[in-house]
Amino acid sequence: MSIALLSLIVLGLAALGYLLGRQRALAAAGGDMRRLHSLPSYYGASVFLFTAVPAFLAMVLWLLVQPVVVDRSTAAMITAADVPQGSSHALVMADVRRIAAGLDILVARGMDEDLLATMRADLSDIRGRLGGVGVAVAETVSPNVFEAAKSYRSLANTGRLAMAAAVLALAVGGLLYAAFRITPDLRARNIVESFIRVLLIGASTIAILTTLGIVLSLVFESWHFFRLYPAKDFFFSLTWNPKFGGGSSLGVWPLVWGTLYVSFVALVVAVPLGILAAIYLSEYASPTVRGLAKPALEILAGIPSIVYGLFALITVGPLLRDWLAMPLGLGDSSSSVATAGLVMGIMLIPYVSSLSDDIINAVPQAMRDGSFGLGATPSETVRQVVLPAALPGIVGAILLAASRAIGETMIVVMGAGAAAKLSMNPFEAMTTVTVKIVSQLTGDTEFASPETLVAFALGLTLFVFTLGLNVLALFIVRKYREQYE
Amino acid sequence: MNAMQTPVIDAAALKPRIAASGVQVYYGTNHALKDVSVDILDRTTTAFIGPSGCGKSTFLRCLNRMNDTVASARVEGKILLDGQDIYDKRVDPVQLRARIGMVFQKPNPFPKSIYDNVAYGPRIHGLARTRADLDEIVETSLRRAALWNEVKDRLQAPGTGLSGGQQQRLCIARAVATGPEVLLMDEPCSALDPIATAQVEALIDELRERYSVVIVTHSMQQAARVSQKTAFFHLGNLVEYGDTQQIFTNPQDPRTESYITGRIG
Repeated sequence: MSIALLSLIVLGLAALGYLLGRQRALAAAGGDMRRLHSLPSYYGASVFLFTAVPAFLAMVLWLLVQPVVVDRSTAAMITAADVPQGSSHALVMADVRRIAAGLDILVARGMDEDLLATMRADLSDIRGRLGGVGVAVAETVSPNVFEAAKSYRSLANTGRLAMAAAVLALAVGGLLYAAFRITPDLRARNIVESFIRVLLIGASTIAILTTLGIVLSLVFESWHFFRLYPAKDFFFSLTWNPKFGGGSSLGVWPLVWGTLYVSFVALVVAVPLGILAAIYLSEYASPTVRGLAKPALEILAGIPSIVYGLFALITVGPLLRDWLAMPLGLGDSSSSVATAGLVMGIMLIPYVSSLSDDIINAVPQAMRDGSFGLGATPSETVRQVVLPAALPGIVGAILLAASRAIGETMIVVMGAGAAAKLSMNPFEAMTTVTVKIVSQLTGDTEFASPETLVAFALGLTLFVFTLGLNVLALFIVRKYREQYE
Repeated sequence: MNAMQTPVIDAAALKPRIAASGVQVYYGTNHALKDVSVDILDRTTTAFIGPSGCGKSTFLRCLNRMNDTVASARVEGKILLDGQDIYDKRVDPVQLRARIGMVFQKPNPFPKSIYDNVAYGPRIHGLARTRADLDEIVETSLRRAALWNEVKDRLQAPGTGLSGGQQQRLCIARAVATGPEVLLMDEPCSALDPIATAQVEALIDELRERYSVVIVTHSMQQAARVSQKTAFFHLGNLVEYGDTQQIFTNPQDPRTESYITGRIG
């Protein structure tokens, strides 16, 4: 029984339960809704939830656990002799799973189950048959592997049947339990409320656990990296020169410097422009101008960053080179920190301005009235009353822009180039952590060398930087916030 | 404190500070204030009373051009401050508001320290040459607003941390600190408890010795207690304007009488 069909049946049962619960509640109250504790639909919903939720939970749990159990019991059938030279146990297990899947297809195409049970790897052409249904197996299948595949398949099938039985039993059980305990006094509203509460807690838990999982995987893989490559060199070496044959120097500083430099230039462009635009929009502009200008500015946020990258590569880069870098004698590269920073800054303007505008608008009008009433001009009011009150939010907006800048890849590749360099000259090509993560992981190198694993260490470095930025911003906000309520 | 018992001010002896004639205010197409003419006297408390939406706050906000900050508002007519038309092109509304202070209905201290709240006006207008000057202005203003003794030990504490009554007195101190000639108060006690109200009223009486005070109020008892002149507004019209005692004891217009005795409103 497929998962989809099973889900449909459970949902159907639950819908049935809803109707039954409603009807039973009304019957229990003798048709008079006012005698019920809750509205009839709540009784229906409580039966629905009791039918569907435990059944689906059980299904999800089963689907997570079953492969592990089946894998573990078949893995024992593969002996060391079955593992060919240069391969590993895990690879053979992957073959087992693929053969099992191929056998499933064979059976679905009309092969007899009994025939399959008597089939032996050393007598029949397994490889050819599997190839016939589109499952390619590299070598001839050894008897042990084939037996393991058969047992894998039968275990998986039994497990799936058992799951269907368990899920259906749970659904029916939940339905009966919930439907038969309905009395007019049952607090169905509160039951539904607690289900919703649990649902919400579940949703936030998943979000938090996912974050935690990502961080842990970063830490774990970085740890792998540091076992292969000395941490001292990673943190203190000033050269980034990966060689895929070994003997690379993987110093993080050129990349961190590039990231910070480009982000800094971007923020220098975006923050003043964005905040000033926000102040104009919220404090000075007439409603008509505001109605036109704000959406126009927000369109900037909708442009994909690759388009900005093109803009950097084709227009801004050559422009800066021909009009600034060459005349000043600062270099002749069209990809430069200044190019990427400038274009990225333009991309970030709407982030800063749109958020800041909302925040400035949220400052109560009474603050402005008080300031105007004392004879302050609009700009004095903005500087001394509105901006301090809006500061926490504005710092938040800047921070968001900063993390966008630090994480941006496309504009850097096209605008700043891919050369890892430590230089103060803004007209020189540099690169950032994100670009290098991409270039270390693309290509077909083994996934166990320091040259690829360094990507995780770089990711972790990036994460620590943004985390530090967040903490710093929190600190600034706490210290300088002027609370108006 | 009780105006009903203080001798009636001899109106002829005091010059009018503000002379408004034929003032009309429109909010978009809504004609909010119709042909209002009032003289606000020097060193006098003038009360504007009337039911909600009658235009009294609108008129008050015309006196320091706060209606300029409302995009849809249009003001016609003449308002003279010491003979100078305040809607004249040569008049800077920003300068004007420094001369005509305002206290709002809801206390609105800035989210700054008590000291900075009071020093706000003097700082932007450059009234203090030295730090000591500024300290002195802050202290006098807080004393004048009867708040000094309560806050002198915590001038650096945030103004928003004070109680409602203290906040309103802080706002009065803030308005006083710029040295205005006229003080406009838009229902200054409506968010305050009776004790804080009594403190603010006592303060108004003191301030009257130096400034002319205009107060909008919903409480007729308050108007009777603190003011010498009263103007009654109804549906955008100025119905009656005269000595407080006369308005409350012998109103000329039947509408005034109905309002005062609680039949309309």
